[in-house]
Amino acid sequence: MQELIVNILLIIVVLTAAGFLATAGNPKNGMTKKQKNMLKRILIASSMLLALQFLSSELLAQVDELLFPSAGRWLRFALYLVDYFIIGHDILRKAIKGIRNHRVFDENFLMAVATVGAMVLAVSSDGDYFEAIAVMLFYQVGEWFQGYAVGKSRRNISELMDIRPDYANVEIDGKLEQVDPDEVEIGSVIIVQPGEKVPIDGIIIEGKTTLNTSALTGESLPRDAKIGDEIISGCINMTGVLKIKTTKEFGESTVSKILDLVENASSQKSKSENFISRFAKIYTPFVCYSALALAILPPLVRMFFMGLPADWGTWVYRALTFLIISCPCALVISIPLSFFAGIGGASQAGILVKGSNYLETLSKVRTVVFDKTGTLTQGVFEVDDVHHNEMEKAKLIEYAALAECASSHPISKSLQRAYGKEPDRSRVSDIQEISGNGVIAKVDDVEVAAGNDKLMRMLNIDYKDCHSTGTIIHMALDGKYAGHIVISDIVKPHAREAIESLRKAGVEKTVMLTGDSSKVAEQVAADLGIDKVYSELLPSDKVEKVEELLKENTGKSRLAFVGDGINDAPVLSRADIGIAMGAMGSDAAIEAADIVLMDDDPVKIAKAIKISKKCLGIVYQNIVLALGIKFVCLILGAFGEVNMYMAIFADVGVMILAVLNAIRCLFVKKL
Amino acid sequence: MKKTYKIEVDCANCANLMEEAACKTSGVKNATVNFMTQKMIVEFEEGQQPQEVMERVLDSCKKVESDCEIFL
Repeated sequence: MQELIVNILLIIVVLTAAGFLATAGNPKNGMTKKQKNMLKRILIASSMLLALQFLSSELLAQVDELLFPSAGRWLRFALYLVDYFIIGHDILRKAIKGIRNHRVFDENFLMAVATVGAMVLAVSSDGDYFEAIAVMLFYQVGEWFQGYAVGKSRRNISELMDIRPDYANVEIDGKLEQVDPDEVEIGSVIIVQPGEKVPIDGIIIEGKTTLNTSALTGESLPRDAKIGDEIISGCINMTGVLKIKTTKEFGESTVSKILDLVENASSQKSKSENFISRFAKIYTPFVCYSALALAILPPLVRMFFMGLPADWGTWVYRALTFLIISCPCALVISIPLSFFAGIGGASQAGILVKGSNYLETLSKVRTVVFDKTGTLTQGVFEVDDVHHNEMEKAKLIEYAALAECASSHPISKSLQRAYGKEPDRSRVSDIQEISGNGVIAKVDDVEVAAGNDKLMRMLNIDYKDCHSTGTIIHMALDGKYAGHIVISDIVKPHAREAIESLRKAGVEKTVMLTGDSSKVAEQVAADLGIDKVYSELLPSDKVEKVEELLKENTGKSRLAFVGDGINDAPVLSRADIGIAMGAMGSDAAIEAADIVLMDDDPVKIAKAIKISKKCLGIVYQNIVLALGIKFVCLILGAFGEVNMYMAIFADVGVMILAVLNAIRCLFVKKL
Repeated sequence: MKKTYKIEVDCANCANLMEEAACKTSGVKNATVNFMTQKMIVEFEEGQQPQEVMERVLDSCKKVESDCEIFL
């Protein structure tokens, strides 16, 4: 029965090997030269083995007698030996090389010892040479398949992440020419036709279009772009012809940065990966010594203590089986592959993860701390109203806008917008920025103080509180109160949903930190369902608060900080995991954070956590599956319940299952 | 100084062995092998010539895994 199954498997191997070889010329297959050679060897060896199987040993014995009357049964042995060398010569060579380089225990050594041992056992009894060769053959088939499958999935995942543009169109003497994007200098004009990728960051100087940003953000809704808009590389131009003036070199452009980041992400090894490589280091020698013990001890015990025949053959055979089961490859391959696929899947959803270790930590996040402005709210403030003013509203806004003209804070930007004109900086002097409170500056020889109530108290100015919620900017001119400006921010449409889905994803505590007044903060928090709020914080207070929260976090739970990446860099690096709103790939965000959300949508935080949980789940499944099956087989092998074929199928089968399971990490759309 | 080299290696365990061997080579401060992208990132010690060091790295990698290749 078993012989029949093995023969059928051999036929399958011959057929598939031939099939693969036939398509090997196709470059899409991406087989390396080594893989092709191996495939040929597999084909020859398996056909020869099949042929030898069908020639009966009596026939061979007759031929033997005819040719070498004194040689006995050696022809049959010689034929099998040739076949064995065809399929296994490199393993033997590597094993010898390993011993010479003082690296004895690797899988080549295991296979060499196991199959040579089986050959010797067979010679001593003129028995079944077939087994040793078949085991070697199936091992090689497994190795080949592993190399091929891993290579193929590696390429597939890389292709998914590949948003690299191949060329840029430049107009030279009225003709369009395709040049290497690396050669385009800053300030050159490039042309992007419909259907092409934008190769370099720049500003649109002619044309309008709709952009597909899904490669960058995972967002399938197209965006409109017109003259004067900044455009980032990696978007696909869908409708109109664009002329773009480049503002960055290719190497500094968004698309290069993202590619760099994603490609290097898997170099940051996770704890589970390190665990497995350490494990593999002790595991292989352990199995080798156990096999040695299995070969020697039981026969000795039988001989000296139980008075039974030693039965060396059986125990040596069991030890060899033991060796075959023990290859650690399934484990070692599946874990980085899982992380790689997880990072690839996440990047397709617009979530950039900078390393396998971050993907791992993310699954343990139980506390999420948010910055308010730009993270939960849109960070686009609008001037709502002006209260308690004696002078004209427009005049007061003008003073405020001028005083704040040096600041890049969103609030100052909203004042500039309300003012509507380019501020004339020559009218402003002596600007003092008081971090977290406001500014004091001289505008047209009037001393203007613009800021929150703390600033007013600091300057001993009597101010009037406001009843409407929103950010209040009190104004004082020459030390006299001049009214306040009410500015409000809009909560992002998905913010509430984001907090809810975080809770579903297992986050226990959500915290919001803001420099804004407690009244605004409380209201936003209540709207969104956030557990805890700390308001009126200076930027340095945020770090302190996060440190406090980190201390509260005991055991295995981790803390993530979500910020907009522009002014939160210290906090992002202090938290266990820094998540930045990428604002379509802003440099600061990519630099500072561990994870970047390309489309600024807070819902993606929960999605990232779910991806990491799925990925980690698969990693643990693979560890348990591979180790579990191996240990069961090892134990069965020790008691002689598993023969060499089953051992090799356990090894190759587990590996294939683990690789297929790892690929599942890539599918994250529905999470 | 850090440099990235393209490599060719078939099995993940061999990649780990290469990494270990590269790290132990003199002149190398740290080395990471990324099996998935088939890249080796080597950080050199101060004042070392990358070209010379990489030849030593290739030698020691060949010792642990004769099938591997580093494209210098």
